[in-house]
Amino acid sequence: MLLALSSDQELFSETTAKLLEELVPVGELRRLRDDPVGFDRGYWRRGSELGWTSLLVGEEHGGGSIGEHGLVDLTLVAHEFGRHAAPGPLAVTNVVAATLSETGHGGDGVLGALLSGASVATWCLGEPVPNDRLGSIALDIRLDGDDVVLDGIKRPVESAAVADHLLVTGRTGSGLTQVLVPAGTPGLSVVPMESVDMTRRFSVVSFEGVRLPAASVVGTVASADGQVGRQLEWALAIACAESVGAMQAAFDMTVEWSFDRYSFGRPLASYQELKHRFADMRTWLEAGHAISDAATRAVATGSPNAAELLSTAKAFIGDYGSELLQDCVQIHGGIGVTFEHDLHLYLRRHTVNRALFGTPADHRQRLTDIIEAHEEVA
Amino acid sequence: MTTDTEEMEDLEAFRARARSFVQANLRPADPDQMVGPLRNERTDEQELAAVARERQVQRMLFDAGLAGICFPREYGGQGLTRDHQRVLNQEVAGFEYPSRIQAPTLSPCAAVLLDFGTQEQKLAHIPAILRGEEIWMQFLSEPSGGSDVAAALTSAVRDGEEWVLNGSKIWTTGAWWSDWGLCLARTNWDVPKHRGLSVFILPIRQPGLDVHRIEMLNGSKEFCQEFLTDVRVPDSDRVGDVDDGWTVGTRWMFHERMLTNSPLVTVPAGMSHGGSSKPLTAVARDAGRLDDPHVRDLVGEAHMLEVVDRHLRRRIGEGVSTGAMPDQSAAIGRLFVGVTTARIRSINFEIAGAAGAAWTEADGELAFAGPDFLMRQVSCIGGGTTEMARNVISERVIGMPRERSQDKDVAFRDVPRSASSRP
Repeated sequence: MLLALSSDQELFSETTAKLLEELVPVGELRRLRDDPVGFDRGYWRRGSELGWTSLLVGEEHGGGSIGEHGLVDLTLVAHEFGRHAAPGPLAVTNVVAATLSETGHGGDGVLGALLSGASVATWCLGEPVPNDRLGSIALDIRLDGDDVVLDGIKRPVESAAVADHLLVTGRTGSGLTQVLVPAGTPGLSVVPMESVDMTRRFSVVSFEGVRLPAASVVGTVASADGQVGRQLEWALAIACAESVGAMQAAFDMTVEWSFDRYSFGRPLASYQELKHRFADMRTWLEAGHAISDAATRAVATGSPNAAELLSTAKAFIGDYGSELLQDCVQIHGGIGVTFEHDLHLYLRRHTVNRALFGTPADHRQRLTDIIEAHEEVA
Repeated sequence: MTTDTEEMEDLEAFRARARSFVQANLRPADPDQMVGPLRNERTDEQELAAVARERQVQRMLFDAGLAGICFPREYGGQGLTRDHQRVLNQEVAGFEYPSRIQAPTLSPCAAVLLDFGTQEQKLAHIPAILRGEEIWMQFLSEPSGGSDVAAALTSAVRDGEEWVLNGSKIWTTGAWWSDWGLCLARTNWDVPKHRGLSVFILPIRQPGLDVHRIEMLNGSKEFCQEFLTDVRVPDSDRVGDVDDGWTVGTRWMFHERMLTNSPLVTVPAGMSHGGSSKPLTAVARDAGRLDDPHVRDLVGEAHMLEVVDRHLRRRIGEGVSTGAMPDQSAAIGRLFVGVTTARIRSINFEIAGAAGAAWTEADGELAFAGPDFLMRQVSCIGGGTTEMARNVISERVIGMPRERSQDKDVAFRDVPRSASSRP
């Protein structure tokens, strides 16, 4: 998280943390384990009232940021989500709200309901293997008279079973098209999946001849590539900030454990072997904060190196964050792999984020693509 | 950092001034300069010519009002901010710059003088340093012990208004072409080790001070060892109080750990890891392996580590300067750059394939992969080992219990020593 927050940002971040502690303490997260939705609608409304879903939305559509950049503010929320392993479709709802606002779909009531928390939305991007990572988009969207027709499969789609609207990214010829599909549209089927996260629910969403009026297209047909790229940037920035929050929570918890736990008459924190591992973890954590914040700022300011910083952040936080979390487990010993201990809540959140929107290996390869592209320009 | 924004040159005006100077006066960077850990590539004549050119460039920067960006104006600096230094770093990227004068001359040596020097010492040396007239070395490590710096055996004995120094210092990079040394010496053997040290400044080229060049395993002879025999130093060249040298030394090592993170030094943007600015794509291309997905993964990993390092350094620099992070956090940056540089050397070696073992002149970048790999651990040793950095992070940043030591409340002369250093 940023080293220097404005007083408004600090208040916003603290209020978010307080709300999470009040409404979704660890006991509630454990209760939600068996809840098919994974979060409570009342909780989501309270957060939305605080601004969780309106930070990327223009003021003309009822949104607004706390500081200069809404995305920076949103990563403060995401960081707290990670620190508390909080439930709720934070990234996908924000991506849909921002996209509706940017493409001029702000006036029809859908966006207003997302801002108030009365409804949630999700984004359907990933597809079955081999397009499950940073693969290409194969879902077919074609124009048929005054309608658009969707055919294909999306997975994993977060909160698809409860989303009131699904923003679907598909292909029309050589370009991308996005369509806002209301829940319950004929031809749409949603099959729940298992997930490593306690409260995040994912589904396989199939589209078989899903037909909607052409007005459901968000943006323009066959030329949404740039918009989709921006959506991915937002999702990556949110995921990275959230993962760093999870790393922070696990690290803090394990430092405390190392002072409290005695073996051979001395605290774990007095063993040099463990101290040195904590030093490594503290370094990875600080580096995670640094690159996550830098990537967010680059996206927020439209910097030309945003893609490079995001892939750097996603690859680094994915890999080194896993090492940190798993070493926290190791230092806890057997209790670290039990359900009773809280450590796995943060391990789960980091793990799910690591695997979504491109794995560390995908992003390392993408970095090499970016270096080569720079070299060609130069 | 000054908050006087009224007279402060604004960043864009500064950038324009820096850019026009750089483009009009500096030569493009030698693509092979400072690549790899202590590569043995130059003859002594070439090395001396490079040092002379760097002094000249430093003087040009000084005359243009671009030397010592964060040094006080009183001592010839510009009295500007870390942000101005960052702009200068961006503007010199791709051009020559006085790399040998940055560390250890500007930091830690000049930084220690700023913190502890007398007004006379500062006026005598800092403007001369900023003009490129004085290149400084740290006379800190000794052959008897690397990490345990406070166990220095070099002695300083008072003789009237002078001190007489005897002993040996080691791991000075380029002492054979340098001018001054900042020297930690023992002035009291009858108190515990931290309470009997003092710091002195002394000219390197003088009778009684022999500089011996050490040959590294790759043939480089940049590291030196100095032998001090009855070197006389006036008491006015003592820095800090008698026997209070560890107060100076603690701050000295903070500056050392800040490395290129210090606002007192210039490091071209995009350059880290001992100066390497050459992307591994060049190595992969020379190896004919740039299309191999495994190699593309490794190239991406190396780039990732360099980018993260840059942003981590920036975060620590800001955190320490605003007080949001303790000074000791400098060790976090030191640890990260050490281990990631070593990892990048390994990646480089992996990509080189068999050329890492045997090569010809026609092999381009691959020719350095083997020797660089042999020298890999330099990044984890020089400037304080990564083990010491881990101690500092766990004990001083996280607050874990200190390691037990056997020399705490014992007169230093009674502390057990390595076999080679026993009297």
